[in-house]
Amino acid sequence: MTDQQPVSPAEAGLEVAASATTLPEGALELEVIGVRHGAFAAQDGGDTSGFGGLVAPIVMPGPSERPYGAWFDAAADEIELALADRGVPMTTAVEKVVVDRGEITFFVRREHLLAFASVLRDEPALRFEMCMGVNGVHYPADAGRELHAVYPFLSVTHNRRVRVEVTCPDADPRVPSIVSVYPANDWHERETYDFFGIVFDGHPALTRIEMPDDWPGHPQRKDYPLGGIPVEYKGAEVPPPDQRRAYT
Amino acid sequence: MSTDQTIADEGIVYEGELPTEDPYSLSYETTGGTVYTVSGGDWDSISAPDEGERERIVVNMGPQHPSTHGVLRLILELEGETVVDTRCGIGYLHTGIEKNMEFRTWTQGVTFVTRMDYLSPFFNETAYCLGVEKLLGVTDQIPERARTIRVLMMELNRISSHLVALATGGMELGALTAMTFGFRERELILDIFEMVTGLRMNSAFVRPGGVAQDITDDQVARIRETLPLLRKRMKDTTDLLVDNAIWMGRTVGVGYLDLAGCMALGITGPILRSTGLPHDLRKSQPYCGYETYEFDVPTQDTCDAYGRFLIRVAEMQESIKIVEQALDRLRPGPVMIEDKKIAWPARLSIGGDGQGNSPEHIKEIMAESMEALIHHFKLVTEGFTVPTGQVYSAIESPRGELGVHIVSDGGTRPYRVHYRDPSFNNLQATAAMSNGSMISDVIAAVASIDPVMGGVDR
Repeated sequence: MTDQQPVSPAEAGLEVAASATTLPEGALELEVIGVRHGAFAAQDGGDTSGFGGLVAPIVMPGPSERPYGAWFDAAADEIELALADRGVPMTTAVEKVVVDRGEITFFVRREHLLAFASVLRDEPALRFEMCMGVNGVHYPADAGRELHAVYPFLSVTHNRRVRVEVTCPDADPRVPSIVSVYPANDWHERETYDFFGIVFDGHPALTRIEMPDDWPGHPQRKDYPLGGIPVEYKGAEVPPPDQRRAYT
Repeated sequence: MSTDQTIADEGIVYEGELPTEDPYSLSYETTGGTVYTVSGGDWDSISAPDEGERERIVVNMGPQHPSTHGVLRLILELEGETVVDTRCGIGYLHTGIEKNMEFRTWTQGVTFVTRMDYLSPFFNETAYCLGVEKLLGVTDQIPERARTIRVLMMELNRISSHLVALATGGMELGALTAMTFGFRERELILDIFEMVTGLRMNSAFVRPGGVAQDITDDQVARIRETLPLLRKRMKDTTDLLVDNAIWMGRTVGVGYLDLAGCMALGITGPILRSTGLPHDLRKSQPYCGYETYEFDVPTQDTCDAYGRFLIRVAEMQESIKIVEQALDRLRPGPVMIEDKKIAWPARLSIGGDGQGNSPEHIKEIMAESMEALIHHFKLVTEGFTVPTGQVYSAIESPRGELGVHIVSDGGTRPYRVHYRDPSFNNLQATAAMSNGSMISDVIAAVASIDPVMGGVDR
């Protein structure tokens, strides 16, 4: 979101979302992560197009209902059974399941991430041998769930992929580390910590990996400026990329 | 003492007497400043370590070291010549590409990702474009010719990347002729890239919706002409090494990592295939129509650096097979998606003064159709919007699984793009491959991982 105005989704977006947006097919609820104002990115009142008053919520694909389709249902059943064996009901561990563009995403509550990862790795019917790392995403307008950690898993045996998404609030940016289950995530978690400030509890050595050790801030957060200087070209001045007009 | 003579030769006058307290490091004042004479040989005055206790020292190898495959810093804990522990220091080439992409349009993103893993730019571009196309939901609308050109360029790129892997790997182990040969043959492929895209590297050729520019019949003929020469020269290069006793002595049994280790560390690519597992995304999760090409996935079961070398050699042969098939099936047709809301409006052509916008297109937007001009302007400055959501698109790069996680917030710019670069992940195996071996084997192990620091640090 590149909005200049600090409007929270709770104030404007949710109402608009409820009234103006139809639910996507198969979605149970709206997943609003922000609000977009106006068009053509004119924030300085110079917009004479009449589109300046537009208010539109930014809605991510919402949770899906069964049947999820393809092999997703069978895998979800297996996960549910295996979690039950470990004494964790599926509804407790998994916030929601999103099936979108042929990919399945399990939104796992962070306290159950480690159990969930063990299930993915150890169950013969699932056998996700590899975790392809973790990626952070920062949604500053998604109050209480600002930071997301996204884990892609690959099963070589069954030739399947699933995605696990974990959220944590900016005020308490903690997610359990899954390095004990998937050692491959060592550097990936360090990278996500480096760029987003998500603290992976239980990581053997959570230090910065790309930025210098004494670097202040976490560069991939949306509130971290890109930086840059204006460039003069034939007498005109081109502002740095983050200060140019954005058409979103 | 002979020092008197030396000093006199340099025109410096010695003042005073030579001190004699420390016979191993003399220092005395001259008109030219203090002069120290270090003669060494003071080991007898240093107490010998206990027999049972071995001295452990930490050595920084890199980031400016010719054998570390770029700006990789290896922190080695040594007992004599034996490596006890290895750590990697990375980040020297971090340029914030992912952050920068959040401030450019979806199409401009290609120009950034091509610079990540600079030895396999077409893979970076294709992985990104496949992801964007999946987000747009237009995967099945990409023209056949564009998909074939993508495969063609990727497989040529795989050869050039493996050639550099052999070349730099050879250089690091002292096989300098392999290095000069490898780079020479790579130049043949870079010439093709330059002919097709205009640039040897960082070409930003694959675009969301297709490719930037069509490939002409002349160019196809040129590529066909190059292939036999490439085959012959590749054989020369690999013959230098395949049965070479010194090369085998340096690589056989070195950098051992078995299947369990690869699985735990998320290792893909030639390292995984050197354990005997024929895992290749081109076969298991085909994209760009790879399921219709005939090729084999070479494997070895030695789990060592030599096996990975043999796999790269065999993969280059397979890639040539794919290139030939791709050339055979090139049929005339569009190379950019039909949808004018996504398709890049400009068409490039070669004029008398080089490559540029095609005169027909310029004539249309400047003289004939104002709507076409508006359309061109909007698409180039504002770009197209991509519906909200996230995808993970993965392809088989020369180094393993290259995964791209793309998040869109419905805008004209990526909300977040993250590259799961195989070099970054595979470099984690350095410690597992080298601990307990000799320092010289660390070089061979890292060379067999073939990390590209541009991809590691992004």
